Amino acid sequence: MIRSTGFRGRAVTAVAAVVCLGAAITLHASADRWAPAIAVDVPGLLYLQTPAVARRAAVGNAGLAADLYWIRTLQHFGQERLSPPGHVRTYALLYPLLDLTTTLDPNFSIAYRFGAIFLGEPYPDGPGRADLAIALLKKGLAAQPQKWQYMEDLGFVYYWHLRDYKAAADAFQRAADMPGAPNWLRPVAAVTLAEGGHVGASRAIWQQLAQAEEEWLRNAARLRLAQLDALDIMDAWRRAKAAGARPAVPVDPSGTPFDVDPATGDLAVSRESGLFPMPGQLQVPR
Amino acid sequence: MRAAGIVAVAVFRESVRDKVFYNLVLFALLLVGASIVIGQLTAGQDVKIIKDLGLSATSVFGVFVAIFVGISLVSKEVDRRSVYPLLAKPIRRSELIAGKYAGLLLTLLVNVVVMTVALYAVLFFLSRGVPENIQHAWDAPALDPALLKAIALIYVDLAVVTAVALFFSSYSSPMLSAVFTLGVYVAGQFSADLKRFDQIVTAPAAVMAAKAAYYVLPDFSRFDVKLAAVHGVPITGLYMAVSILYALAYIGALLFGAMTIFARRDFK
Repeated sequence: MIRSTGFRGRAVTAVAAVVCLGAAITLHASADRWAPAIAVDVPGLLYLQTPAVARRAAVGNAGLAADLYWIRTLQHFGQERLSPPGHVRTYALLYPLLDLTTTLDPNFSIAYRFGAIFLGEPYPDGPGRADLAIALLKKGLAAQPQKWQYMEDLGFVYYWHLRDYKAAADAFQRAADMPGAPNWLRPVAAVTLAEGGHVGASRAIWQQLAQAEEEWLRNAARLRLAQLDALDIMDAWRRAKAAGARPAVPVDPSGTPFDVDPATGDLAVSRESGLFPMPGQLQVPR
Repeated sequence: MRAAGIVAVAVFRESVRDKVFYNLVLFALLLVGASIVIGQLTAGQDVKIIKDLGLSATSVFGVFVAIFVGISLVSKEVDRRSVYPLLAKPIRRSELIAGKYAGLLLTLLVNVVVMTVALYAVLFFLSRGVPENIQHAWDAPALDPALLKAIALIYVDLAVVTAVALFFSSYSSPMLSAVFTLGVYVAGQFSADLKRFDQIVTAPAAVMAAKAAYYVLPDFSRFDVKLAAVHGVPITGLYMAVSILYALAYIGALLFGAMTIFARRDFK
C-alpha cells in the first residue's frame, strides 16, 4: 500500500522545489558573467530555399509566412549591416529571403520597395546588387503591372546606382504613364533624359521625393540630398584649393569632418559619417 | 427539427463545459502581444501583419476546434454508451447528426465572432493616431470592412471541415477520423496542383486519378481570400456566392453521407 505523504513531508519537498528553482534562476542570471556564451560567427542558414515549396508548406497561411520571412529579411539586413568588424558582410540571404517573401505574398509592396533599396545600397552598407534590385522590382511589376511606384523605384535604381540615365528616364516616363501616378514624374523623366548625371537634375528628383507620402522614402531622399550637399561642399573646397587658397578641412552636412587622402590631397566623406558611403565610393566584393 | 435544435444546444453547452472557448484567451494574448512587439520588428507594416496574423489565427484555431471537437461528436456518444438512451428517445438518427453539426457550427460561430471583434479592436488601437498621409499609403484601411468577407469565407471553410470530421466520425475511431480529416484538409489546400498534375506527369492513369481527386476532394483553397482582403484586392459578390454555394453542396453531400452511414450502424 502506498501511504500518503504527511504535511511535514509535503512541506519539505515544496521547500526543496523552491530552493532548487531559486538556485537555477541565480545560476542563470550569473552564468553570462562567469561563463559567457561562446560566440561563433556562423553563416546564416535558409532552411526552405524554394519559394514554391514555402508557399505549399504555409498551407493556406501564405500571408503570415510572408510576414515572418519579411521580419527575417529585416533582421538579416540589420545584422549584417551592424555586424562587428572582422565579420565579412555578405548579405548572402538577402535576395533569397526577399524572393521567398514576395512569392508567398505577391502584393507585398513594401518588400519590393524596401528590398530594392537594401539590395542596391553600396557595399558595405548593403550588398551593392543593383541587378538584383531590378530583378525584384520587375517581379513586382509582373505581379502588379499597374503599380507605378515599382516603375518609379526602377528608375531610381538605374539613375542612382547604375547611372544609366536613358533607362532611368524611360522608367520614369513609363511610371508617369501609369494610372494614379503623380504629375511630377513626367518632368522628372524629361530632366533625367536632358541632364542625366547633373547634380542639379539629381537634386530636383530627390527634392520631389522628399515630399512623398511614405516616411521611409522621405528619409531616403533626405539622405541623398545631404549627400548632394556634401558633393557641393567638396567641389567648393576643390575650387578654393585650385585658386591657390589653403582652405580648412570642412565638415559634411551630418557634422563629420571630411577625410583628406594623404596621397592625392583630395577630400572624401569619412567612414564615420552618416553619409558614407557616397555613390560609387566603395565596390562590393563579389 | 425541434429534436435537432435541442441536440445542437446541448453540443454548444458541452463545448462551453469542455472549455473549448479557452482558445479565445490564447487568440487575444497572441494578437495583443503581437501588436506590442510587431512595431519593433517590422518597418511600418504593423497593420498588415496584424491583419495576416488575426485572419490566420482565426482560421487555424477554428480548424483545430472543428477537427478535434468534430471527430468526437458521434464517437464520444458511442464510446460512453450514452448513444443507447439517446436513440431510445423520440429522435431520428439523422436529426442527431444534424443537431450535432449545428451545435458545433454554433460554437464555431461564437468563436469566430469574438475573434473578429478582437481583431478589429486591435486594428483600431494600432491605427489610432497614425497620420493621414501614412494611412493613405496602406493598401487598404485598417478597419477595412472587406476583412469581413475573408472572415465569412473562413467560417464557410470551417463549416466544411466540421462536415468532413463529422462524416469520418460517424463510422471511424476518433484517432483515424482526425488523421483522415486533417489529410483531406491539407489535400484540399493543394487542389490547384492536382488540377495541373498533367503538366508534370505523363502517365494517363495518374493524371486521371489526380483529376478525380481534384473534383472529389473539397477545394479548401477557394475559401482562402485572406491575402486579397489584406491588400484591398476586390472580392466580388459573385465569387462569394459561388464559393458559399459550393460549400453548401459539399456540406450537404457529407452530412447526408454521414446520416446514411449512421443510420445503418448496429449498436448492439
